[in-house]
Amino acid sequence: MENIKTNLINILKKYTLAKDVWKNFNENSSIISDLKINSARIVDIVIDLEEKYDIEITDEELEKLTCFKDIVKLIDSKIN
Amino acid sequence: MSKRVVITGLGVISPIGNDIESFKLSMQKGISGIKYIKELADYNFASQIGGVPDINNSEYEKIFEKFELKDADLTVKYSVLAALQAWNDAKLELPDKFAENINENYGAVIGSCAGGAELYARKLYPLVNSKNIRKLGSQIIENLMHSGTTAVLSNIFALANQTISNSSACATGAESIIMASEKIKQSKASLFIAGSADPYSPYMWAGFDSMRLLARKFNDKPTQASRPLSASADGFVASAGAGMLIVEELNHALNRNAKIYAEIVGYEYNSGGQRNGGSMTASNPKRVIDCIKSALNNANISGKDIDLICGHLTGTKFDYQEVANWKTALNLNEKLPFINSLKSLLGHTIGAAGAIETIAAILQLQNNFIHPSINCEDLNENIKTIWDKNKIPQKLIKDINLNYIAKASFGFGDVNSCIILKKFK
Repeated sequence: MENIKTNLINILKKYTLAKDVWKNFNENSSIISDLKINSARIVDIVIDLEEKYDIEITDEELEKLTCFKDIVKLIDSKIN
Repeated sequence: MSKRVVITGLGVISPIGNDIESFKLSMQKGISGIKYIKELADYNFASQIGGVPDINNSEYEKIFEKFELKDADLTVKYSVLAALQAWNDAKLELPDKFAENINENYGAVIGSCAGGAELYARKLYPLVNSKNIRKLGSQIIENLMHSGTTAVLSNIFALANQTISNSSACATGAESIIMASEKIKQSKASLFIAGSADPYSPYMWAGFDSMRLLARKFNDKPTQASRPLSASADGFVASAGAGMLIVEELNHALNRNAKIYAEIVGYEYNSGGQRNGGSMTASNPKRVIDCIKSALNNANISGKDIDLICGHLTGTKFDYQEVANWKTALNLNEKLPFINSLKSLLGHTIGAAGAIETIAAILQLQNNFIHPSINCEDLNENIKTIWDKNKIPQKLIKDINLNYIAKASFGFGDVNSCIILKKFK
């Protein structure tokens, strides 16, 4: 689980352009409103995760992803 | 009364320099930026040479990361690098991406000929053809659409006036500067980023190679390949880069104590209707002459006032006709002005040429020099009969007082653009 979190943070950092968004980061942080990631970039994050873990994330699963811990849970369920 | 238009910032990415100072030094030294390109040989090009800016360095990588441009096409990358230079040069402040302020009086006209052609070939087609649409990602459209560069610049600089993309083949860059100038003259904006870019693009250049328009006899002597005005000219040399200018209303510039490079006092663009000598690839001479004359009238000057012509002059059979057109348009039989071709140094940057060459003209005007037009030691015999060979500089001319420069660009589709620049006093 910790490994997933570290990898996810590294991927998200590619798409966070605003300064200081990581200061108040916690597992409930929203990808769009807290980390201020452009909503269009969610598909790029999905592509990165799919490649990293050799998984497929469906459109239905994608729609339910709003905060950091949602993504961690989803990946964990797919690889374990 | 219509507004006066001045240039207050310059930025360039080119095969002879990626900043204004090194670009100017290369011009003065008459350095060629043309090199042998192995990839073109591998693709079986007849012309295996070109001018390609080197943008592989960690400083640029940081910029691409900051503005989410890592996967962007070269057209966008060159444009952003040149636009940031011009913006900084004009001492304008870079807006915070997350602040609410926008610049309602600032706009952009950014052009290209090839645009994202290379990205279509190298990413879009292979992924779609292999049914991997999911892997295209979220940025493919912003990188492929013709207004991609303008959209990116609007985002970086919070531009909220008109932001538009133009394309008119090899006249694109001059046209973008004219379009921006018109907006400012009409009091519809106070500042525009204007310019154009064309990428290193084997997929675009292949078409020119197939048309036998590119120089193919100099693959082993690349620095001698681009030969405008020369008897042994063998075609143009494809090249890549971007030129960006800050085009500003005079009082707006004065009020913020901006450095003023030059004033745009006249301009015109038209087309030749592809009749009477004009075609898809050739200019209708009468309309070229009309274009230059109209720009002179617009500037309220006559041919004898022009000190230097920065020609379109590509190194093809059309050079003679262009020189003849200038002579008729300027209505001069003696005391001809100097004429030179920047393409002798860096080749033909296609859609970027008008912008990069206008920057070169401005640097000559401001710094009182005329760069050598290299590789024409064997002047074309016909050109010799109509122009004073002493006014085609083979060597750098220093300390010459230049007041007016005429810059023109012509392009496929029989399109013409002419800009008259005046030293700002």
